[in-house]
Amino acid sequence: MLNLLLSRLATAIPSIVGVVIVTFMLTRMLPGDPAAYFASLAASPQAIAEIRTKLGLDKSLPEQFVGYIGDLLQGNLGNSLSTGQPVVAEIATRLPASAELTLFALIVAVAIAIPLGVLAAVKQGTWIDHLCRIVTTAGVSLPVFFTGLLFAYVFYYLLQWAPAPTGRLDVFLSPPTHITGFYLIDSALTGNLEALWGALRQLALPAISMAIFSLAPLARMTRGSMLAVLGSDFIRTARASGLAPGTVIFTYAFRNAVLPVITTLGMVFSFLLGANVLVETVFAWPGIGLYAVNALITSDYAPVQGFVLTMAILYVALNLTIDFVYGLVDPRVRLDS
Amino acid sequence: MLPLLRHARYVLSENPITGLAFGLFALFLIAAAFGPVLAPYSPLQSNAAMALKPPSAAHWFGTDQLGRDIFSRVLVATRLDLAIAFASVILAFLLGALSGVAAGYFGGWTDRVVGRLADTIMAFPLFVLAMGIVAALGNEVINIVIATAIINFPLYARVARAEANVRRDAGFVEAARLSGNGETRVLLGHVLPNIMPIMMVQMSLTMGYAILNAAGLSFIGLGVRPPAAEWGIMVAEGANFIQSGEWWIALFPGATLMLAVFCFNLLGDGLRDIIDPRMRT
Amino acid sequence: MTAVPALSVEDLSVEFRTRSGVVKVLEHVGFSVDKGETVALVGESGSGKSVTAFAVMGILDAAGKVTSGRALFGGADLLALGEHDLAEQRGRELSMIFQNPRTALNPIRRVGLQIADVLVRHGGATRSDAPRAAVEMLKKVRIPDPERRAEAYPFELSGGMCQRIMIAIALACRPALLIADEPTTGLDVTTQAVIMDLIGELAGEAGMATIFITHDLALAAEYCDRIVVMHAGHIVEAAPGRELFAHPRHPYSAKLLAATPGETVSLEKLASIPGGLPDLRRPDLPACRYSDRCERRLDQCAQPLPQRTVGERHVVACWNPL
Repeated sequence: MLNLLLSRLATAIPSIVGVVIVTFMLTRMLPGDPAAYFASLAASPQAIAEIRTKLGLDKSLPEQFVGYIGDLLQGNLGNSLSTGQPVVAEIATRLPASAELTLFALIVAVAIAIPLGVLAAVKQGTWIDHLCRIVTTAGVSLPVFFTGLLFAYVFYYLLQWAPAPTGRLDVFLSPPTHITGFYLIDSALTGNLEALWGALRQLALPAISMAIFSLAPLARMTRGSMLAVLGSDFIRTARASGLAPGTVIFTYAFRNAVLPVITTLGMVFSFLLGANVLVETVFAWPGIGLYAVNALITSDYAPVQGFVLTMAILYVALNLTIDFVYGLVDPRVRLDS
Repeated sequence: MLPLLRHARYVLSENPITGLAFGLFALFLIAAAFGPVLAPYSPLQSNAAMALKPPSAAHWFGTDQLGRDIFSRVLVATRLDLAIAFASVILAFLLGALSGVAAGYFGGWTDRVVGRLADTIMAFPLFVLAMGIVAALGNEVINIVIATAIINFPLYARVARAEANVRRDAGFVEAARLSGNGETRVLLGHVLPNIMPIMMVQMSLTMGYAILNAAGLSFIGLGVRPPAAEWGIMVAEGANFIQSGEWWIALFPGATLMLAVFCFNLLGDGLRDIIDPRMRT
Repeated sequence: MTAVPALSVEDLSVEFRTRSGVVKVLEHVGFSVDKGETVALVGESGSGKSVTAFAVMGILDAAGKVTSGRALFGGADLLALGEHDLAEQRGRELSMIFQNPRTALNPIRRVGLQIADVLVRHGGATRSDAPRAAVEMLKKVRIPDPERRAEAYPFELSGGMCQRIMIAIALACRPALLIADEPTTGLDVTTQAVIMDLIGELAGEAGMATIFITHDLALAAEYCDRIVVMHAGHIVEAAPGRELFAHPRHPYSAKLLAATPGETVSLEKLASIPGGLPDLRRPDLPACRYSDRCERRLDQCAQPLPQRTVGERHVVACWNPL
């Protein structure tokens, strides 16, 4: 198993290298004089020149790259223009909010998509198969920011079932004691039922909007994979051996069918992390997505670049985890490596 | 050509929804081409007295906070949105297909470089990368096209590479080589045209995603700027008024956006069924 | 002979719905297998041998439908049983093993567990003692180092070993009937012999009836008591093995024999059978599906096939037998 972990880590290294190079290029690609973007808008030419020296923008490109890597290793992502705070600190404070939203959305999506896909495959041609077909075709067409808005309008404004989309917790409640930064976990751990329920209520709409977006690829993959497995030779053997239908579908078929679905999770995360930005904007969710969007509006570039780098590293780590989990679950990979 | 048309008619008869998609597509094309002419009002003309009016006979989709007719704006926005999507898909195709066929055909270093490039792009969550690119290149519409093209590049490159690889030793390629054509000529003049149908299916399948991407970027304020009429930015403007109940400002552009994406996805599926049903998942 | 046969298939007809129409894959197929007897179902690829087995087991593809016939087994008609009752019988009273043993086993489940699954389901074993019983089965099919091998996955084992695992799964609950669908195709010749010997031995021990499906007539002759010859969904001849080889009465059987290398025919004298299987999608198929390529065809052959008894347990479906 250690071999598996090491081999997977090795494949992640070129990705990280690529990510760092690309983000470096992005920071140096700014039109016009890059230094001007890191000074405040009303800066004098002298101040800009100072910033240019301070940021090392007068040096050659390779030297700048080395400087960039040095900064990254020290955890220095620059400072936000609007707040003057280090970007790293601001991202760290906001990361749990985004992580909680994304993970919760993924859990909801998986909880709906996988049973849907399995049932659609097992009961081909029935209403559930058609429902799955509709979900997968319509799901990829839905603009996540629009569905989020629609939900907010219908469930908050019209029906008043959901609370106002003003963030992670209603203004009258105080956040639970900080342990992980995940409100759901923290309030459960400290027995703070009021905060737990409050956080759940605020989480519902944005998470469901995001979940709908990722339902489609998951359900389609599950259904397709399950169908393929159900038609395979070893399922025929299992049926010929008279095994109970439950055993055939779950112990034999599903465990094999779920393998390609795990691989699909990588792509699903790519969608989710992108949708995260849009959903946080719609629901004023205080995560790193909203942070970046606000920074964009004020032409504050350091946070945007810090955001892109953070998301990329997160994504590489997630893909690594998925790869590793897959290796654990599929003995053909585990024993071969 | 004729057997293809006959097959197309068979597919359409089996799947009436695809026929519907083709019809919708035609409508969108008409809106894109003749939008400004067909619009009852000028999309930019504000009229403070008529601000925030719900849908009525005079204003089918209502008016926004500046009194502009939303129907006209939605109609005219079709051109911009479709143009952005088409341009990015074509650009992605040019970049991706050319590098992909070269990688699949020549192998070796070309393959490794293109592969490394595609992998690096795929190491990012795609929308986030697009945000970063537009932020870096500047807040212009052309940069949305470039960013969307870049994030679609890996997909096109991979498909083109696989197809070129399969055809590398095919009969017609051998024949072309033996006729004295140089490798580049064989690649561009014989292999590339041969994979065009499959690439066209890819293009139609990714059109929907390109429209969504462009709308998403403009929703968060990148690329398109007011007072331009574009579906994403109109939804963003309308978002401010949802909480006070003026639902029409965001709804109509959003619904049109959804319809357009849905139409292109169905179209892509239909085209794929006509050209190569084996690609179905 | 006087005892009730283990399996008696009567007038079995199967249709398949395809894009090009309905294909009558099997027509009026009938044969029986006695307790302790080994019957070979022999024919070219596409003759319907496997479809017959699948129909009896109730594992036909969704596009297939049994349109007539009975399969009497253990006092019940298998074809009339519901899925639930059929599943009770499968694996316990009647079992099947398949070709391509590697793909016929669950690739991500240890082989010992796969045997244990059947034991728990039908054999009355509990989850805790089933693994030990599985190891016993592995010993019975002569797998060396059975305790360790039980923990292996199919991809770690050779084709021959996988086939033994399948045999272990099929025989774990001591069924009365075993259907073996081309079990040695794809295995090397030595392993083929070993597997066939193993099946024969285990079947003999338990007094089990066996149906052995193959396209290899020589193999059938060597290991089976009786041979049933199929052609394009029809049974054309059925006879004890030696009798068929000595006196084939159907023109097709004779041609098959002439095309089989062995004691009677050497490699140089092999003859091929002219023509090919008829296209079963045709609506105008003749009553005898071999008549289009038969040299002995008479006008009478347009009539529905007879069942002529031409010797001891020797039946032929031909108007103009040899």
